[in-house]
Amino acid sequence: MTFLDYAPAPESRAILDLKPSYGLFIDGEFVDGHGEGFHTISPASEEAIAEIAAGDEHDVDLAVRAARRAYERVWSRMSGSDRGKYLFRIARLVQERARELAVAESLDNGKPIKESRDVDVPLVAAWFFYYAGWADKLDHAGLGPAPRALGVAGQIIPWNFPLLMLAWKIAPALAAGNTVVLKPAETTPLTALLFAEIVQQAGLPAGVVNIVTGAGETGRMLVNHPDVDKVAFTGSTAVGREIARAIAGTHKKVTLELGGKAANIVFDDAPIDQAIEGIVNGIFFNQGHVCCAGSRLLVQESVHEEVVDRLKARLSTLRLGDPLDKNTDIGAINSAEQLQRIRQLSDIGEAEGAERWSAECAIPDRGFWFAPTIFDNVSTSSRIAREEIFGPVLSVLTFRTPDEAIAKANNTPYGLSAGIWTDKGSRILAVADRLRAGVVWANTFNRFDPASPFGGYKESGYGREGGRHGLAAYLAPPAATPRRTAAGAERSIASRSASGGLENETSRADARTTISETPSADTDTRREGVTATRASRSSSKSASKKGSAK
Amino acid sequence: MTLDLARTVVGSELSERSLRGFVLGLPGVDAVGLEQRAAGLATRSIKTSSKKRALDTIVSLIDLTTLEGADTPGKVRSLVAKAVLPDPSDPSCPQVAAVCVYGDLAHVAVEALGAHHTASGGSIAVAAVATAFPSGRASMGVKLADTADAVAAGADEIDMVIDRGAFLSGRYGEVFDEIVAVKEACRRPDGTSAHLKVILETGELATYDNVRRASWLAILAGADFIKTSTGKVSPAATLPVTLLMLEVVRDWHRLTGELVGVKPAGGIRSSKDAVRYLVTVAETAGERWLDPHLFRFGASSLLNDVLLQRQKLATGHYSGADYVTID
Repeated sequence: MTFLDYAPAPESRAILDLKPSYGLFIDGEFVDGHGEGFHTISPASEEAIAEIAAGDEHDVDLAVRAARRAYERVWSRMSGSDRGKYLFRIARLVQERARELAVAESLDNGKPIKESRDVDVPLVAAWFFYYAGWADKLDHAGLGPAPRALGVAGQIIPWNFPLLMLAWKIAPALAAGNTVVLKPAETTPLTALLFAEIVQQAGLPAGVVNIVTGAGETGRMLVNHPDVDKVAFTGSTAVGREIARAIAGTHKKVTLELGGKAANIVFDDAPIDQAIEGIVNGIFFNQGHVCCAGSRLLVQESVHEEVVDRLKARLSTLRLGDPLDKNTDIGAINSAEQLQRIRQLSDIGEAEGAERWSAECAIPDRGFWFAPTIFDNVSTSSRIAREEIFGPVLSVLTFRTPDEAIAKANNTPYGLSAGIWTDKGSRILAVADRLRAGVVWANTFNRFDPASPFGGYKESGYGREGGRHGLAAYLAPPAATPRRTAAGAERSIASRSASGGLENETSRADARTTISETPSADTDTRREGVTATRASRSSSKSASKKGSAK
Repeated sequence: MTLDLARTVVGSELSERSLRGFVLGLPGVDAVGLEQRAAGLATRSIKTSSKKRALDTIVSLIDLTTLEGADTPGKVRSLVAKAVLPDPSDPSCPQVAAVCVYGDLAHVAVEALGAHHTASGGSIAVAAVATAFPSGRASMGVKLADTADAVAAGADEIDMVIDRGAFLSGRYGEVFDEIVAVKEACRRPDGTSAHLKVILETGELATYDNVRRASWLAILAGADFIKTSTGKVSPAATLPVTLLMLEVVRDWHRLTGELVGVKPAGGIRSSKDAVRYLVTVAETAGERWLDPHLFRFGASSLLNDVLLQRQKLATGHYSGADYVTID
């Protein structure tokens, strides 16, 4: 035995107090689902963790109705500072239960505990803290005075960062005064259900947050529910397209955060050791199950060999295994389907002539695993250079000049993120300016902060999450017709008490209309990439009123 | 011989200009990334059997040090006794790698070690600081005499300081030449040579780029070890600086096949900290470096904390400061 064969250091599962089965979380209570239940399994051992209910059309309808009721009766009438208090409370509860959430996340998702403990859960708390602070400051979100909440948000999240994506969706929606129905991914519902417990613990009014578990079909029902005002989706481009088609012509606003095939550009003057770390963090973080992963390494030809050699040496020190072991660097692939896809694309890469290299590591007998893999001498036309693999597989391409690097980096249907490694500050700025990607990291990769907007170009989706921009996805400028809304109600009480709040709303909205013939709400919708006519908007409004009149 | 390697790496002429071109041509260090990597390594969880092994390894890598103006022969003898038998209650405890003292007390350490001294077939070496330690502010002649004196007194290892003034004003050739000269002064009449540890005093070099440049200069000039600090300047050893220096010796090994050691010194007081250094060594340069010939801790109070942790592992409970000896 050598020193590097670290003795097992597993995080204890004793902190988890899981129920054998979980229902749907609707209107503040766990209720039985009417669909066919399923088991969520640990991808590291394939053992069943808990039985999960599946929501059918009726359940989704119940959840949306509960959300509508909570929106109309409580949440939209509550002052921003009070909404903020609830969000702060949730953030603190997340911190208090951080270890438990981290263990649950690693168990259900397969990601290493060091990532769920040091990245996912702290960011979840940070997201709630950040948006809690915005709840009473919506006037300053850059959308003009007294922006309106949208209503009921239907949110569908992926399995790669289950709890973090939940936070990205729920925190801004609630801060802006919306209520939500969230559907977690089929393979990773566990932490969302623990979050439902936190929602109860925080005393959040019933119906403000509803969680409906299930497969893709449940998500489809949520998207298509007529009383949903906003759809927020993170996941694959294929499903994103389907959603965009489904809501086209309706009043629903949409935010799509889809796939990516990010270029990580390493120039010859890069801080080489840190660049190696950044490449590793870019593609092997979370087993490469990251939409913004730096899956295409673009390295300057003059340092190509050195970078690849160093990268291989570094990968040989990565530890693959039990996600709950504190020393594990690479956990399990989330599902058998995903593993299948990674294998398939890797085989294609090899068949297309790229040089395949995998770190030597013992693969456990059970569970879904894939050793960190590099493909060298990949051509731009290769499928592994164009398609999102969503696994621990890096494609290495070379370039000669900055122009070539930029051209190759942009030569993808995606545009979510990119990385630049150079010691030269001016080059960072010049190159970043020409990269068509929503996030550009310089001398780092895969770093997230609630204050920083995140989102894509082209097939990576539209709309932004995070920061002030993330609020815009859940707010609309003041309505042309008077409508009592969260921000409006607050404003009328707080600063405009002298004149009638509603009258004031009207006059301000009128002033806006005179400036532009185009109603501002429509401009906003178009910016989000969906054409919605004014007619459909107003008809939907009456529809939503119908839905709530009960 | 070593300068031949330097010529292979830098070029046939080892001039001020060529050395300057070489060190300034080294890849930069991104401070945020380096510190992030060090923080990542520090999260490794070393438990049970690995911890036991780590604690013993730490003891065997310690340069047990006393470098005070108030040092006396009696203090040095006491230090040596501790080095020989770190834990009187547990004879299985390994001995430390070396004792580190001022040059004028080297002979006291040699005498006190007796059969335990490496020169007499034992396993403990005597390290002496030299070259106007800790500031290095003296003329070349004085520094060389200081070194030769300590070697003559029986020191097996010389811990020299670089001329930070020369380095910071960009006279890299001068720093290089001085190390070469001190290395020469380490020679014994019988042709063998005391090992040379080159202290960079990273706390005064201030930037990571400087630390990388100084590390390369020292290695090119023939250092057997590169050492972070004198322990007299704050900050002394830090994990990111040590990680960076380990990356340099790793790169040097890849380039030339030669092995150079690293010694963080000053500020490492707890077992927990020291274990993080072991992890960093093993995962950066390789496990091969976890050997007294290639890695040392310059420390004094660290030893007792490690002994307390060893006792805890053996007995299952914590004892206390009075259950380990002061030196």
